[in-house]
Amino acid sequence: MKLITTIIKPFKLEDVRQALAESGVQGMTVTEVKGFGRQKGHTELYRGAEYSVDFVPKTKIEAAVADELVDAVVEAIVGAAATGSIGDGKVFVSDLQQAIRIRTGETGDQAL
Amino acid sequence: MEKKISTVIRAGACTLLAALTPGIVVAQDALDSGDTAWMLTATALVLFMTVPGLSLFYAGMVRAKNALSVMMQCFAICCTMTIIWVLYGYSLAFGDDVGGVVGGLGKAFMAGVTVDALSGTIPESVFAMFQLTFAIITPALIVGAFAERMKFSALLWFMVIWVSVVYAPIAHWVWGGGWLGELGVLDFAGGTVVHINAGIAGLVAALVMGKRRGFPQSPMKPSNVVLTMVGAAMLWVGWFGFNAGSQLAADGTAGMAMAVTQIAAAAAALTWMFAEWLGHGKPSALGLVSGAVAGLVAITPASGYVGPMGALAIGAASGYGCYLAVVKVKYRLGYDDSLDVFGVHGVGGIIGALLTGVFVHAGLGGVGLGEGMTIASQVGKQVVGIGATIIYCGVMSFIILKVIDAVIGLRVSDEEEQEGLDLVLHDEQGYNLSGT
Repeated sequence: MKLITTIIKPFKLEDVRQALAESGVQGMTVTEVKGFGRQKGHTELYRGAEYSVDFVPKTKIEAAVADELVDAVVEAIVGAAATGSIGDGKVFVSDLQQAIRIRTGETGDQAL
Repeated sequence: MEKKISTVIRAGACTLLAALTPGIVVAQDALDSGDTAWMLTATALVLFMTVPGLSLFYAGMVRAKNALSVMMQCFAICCTMTIIWVLYGYSLAFGDDVGGVVGGLGKAFMAGVTVDALSGTIPESVFAMFQLTFAIITPALIVGAFAERMKFSALLWFMVIWVSVVYAPIAHWVWGGGWLGELGVLDFAGGTVVHINAGIAGLVAALVMGKRRGFPQSPMKPSNVVLTMVGAAMLWVGWFGFNAGSQLAADGTAGMAMAVTQIAAAAAALTWMFAEWLGHGKPSALGLVSGAVAGLVAITPASGYVGPMGALAIGAASGYGCYLAVVKVKYRLGYDDSLDVFGVHGVGGIIGALLTGVFVHAGLGGVGLGEGMTIASQVGKQVVGIGATIIYCGVMSFIILKVIDAVIGLRVSDEEEQEGLDLVLHDEQGYNLSGT
C-alpha cells in the first residue's frame, strides 16, 4: 500500500476528485493548507499597513492506494491538476505500513 | 389623556392671552408631534450607530481573537453610559449653567423629566435620550485607539470617569448653555463634542498605553472586512439621525442637514478611494468606507450651517486630509492608534470644524455668518472651540489614564495580548466556525 499525498491549487479539487474516482480510488481526505514552492505570494494593504503574504492557499489530498494502482492514480492526478503555470503543486508517494477499517476491523488492501 | 388635556388648556390659555393683548406675541413651547416623531426616530438611529454600527465596523478590523472584545466594549459602554447619564451625566451636561463651565446637579436622577416635561417642542425624555446616544457613541469611538490591548476593567473605569469629567462638561460648553456656545462657536451635531473629543482621547490613550506587541512589523490583518463594510454602512445611515436630529425638529434645517450629510460622505469616500488608487495603484474597500466616515465626521459640525456645495468641499477636504493622516502620517510618526480614531475622528473633526466657519457664509451656500462676523472671525471662534477641546480633553484624558494605570493597570500582559482578549478577558471565542 502507498499513501499518495497531493498538493494542488484549490480550484482543481473537483477535477482531481473525478480523476481519482475514475482510476479506482474510493476514498480520500482533503485539507486546506498553505505553502509555497516557487510560486510568489502577494501583498495586501489595509489603510496604509502593507503586508506581504508568502504563503499561498492550497488543497492537500491524501489517499491510501493499493500498490497495483499507484502509477495509474499518479498519472490521473497529474493530468487533472496541471495548468501549466507555476504553483500547480506536487505529488508525494510514501510507503503505507498498515491500514484498518474501523467499523469492520479489515486490514491491508481490504481496508482501502 | 392627561397630556392632551394640559396641551389643550395651554393652547387655550395662549389663544385667550393673544386675543386680549393683540400686540404681544406669546412664544410658547407646545409639543409638536412631527418633531417628536422625528426625534424618537433619530434617537434610535444614533443608538443604531453604536450598536451595531460601530461595533461591527471595529470588530471586522481587529484580529479574530479580539473581535468579541471590541463589541463587548461598545455594548458595555452603551449600558454603562446610560446609567451614568440618568444618575448625573444629563444634569452635568444640560442642567442649569454653573459659571459657563458645567451644568448643575438640578437634573440629577432625571429630576423634572416627567412624562409631560418638554424641551422645546419635544418631550424632555426624548431630548435626554437623544443626547444620551451621543454620550454613548463618543466613548465608544475611543475604543478603537487602544483595541486589542486594554483590560476590560480599566476600560470601564476610564469610560465612567471620562464621560463624567470630560464629555459632560464639553457638551455643556457647546450645547448646554456654556461658554463655547455663548462665544458663538458653531458646532451643530458634535464636531468638537464628539469627534475631536474622541480623537484626542484616543490619541492620548494610544500614546500612554503604547503600541501593540509586534506593531508595525507583524501582520495584524483585519479579520472580517465584510463586517466592517456592514458597520460602515450602518454608521452612514445612522448619521442621518446624528446630524438631522441635532436640529431637534422636523423642518427645513433638518432636511438640509440630511442632504449635506449624504453629499459630504459620498465626496469624501470617493476622494479617499481615488487618492488610494493614485497613491497605491488600487482602490480598496476599507479605504472607500473609511473615506465615507471621514466625510461624515467633518460634516457633523457643519451640518446645520452649510449648503450642498459646501458639503462637497468639506467632504473632499476631509477625505483627503484623513487619508494622509491615516496612511502616511501615522506610520511616519510611529504611534499605534489601532483603528485610526485620531486619524479619522480627530483630524476629520478639526477639518470640519474649521471649514464650518468658512462655508457658513451665505455667499458659499451657507445659512449666513452671524451679525458683524466675517469668515476670518468665525474661523477664529472655531479655533477657540477646537483648541479648548483639545487642551481640556487631552490633559484630563492623560490624567485619568495615568491614575487608572497606577491603580489597576491599563494593559493586559504580553502573553494575554498574544493569546487574544476574547479568550483571556471573556472566556469566549468570537468565531467557532469549525462546526464542532
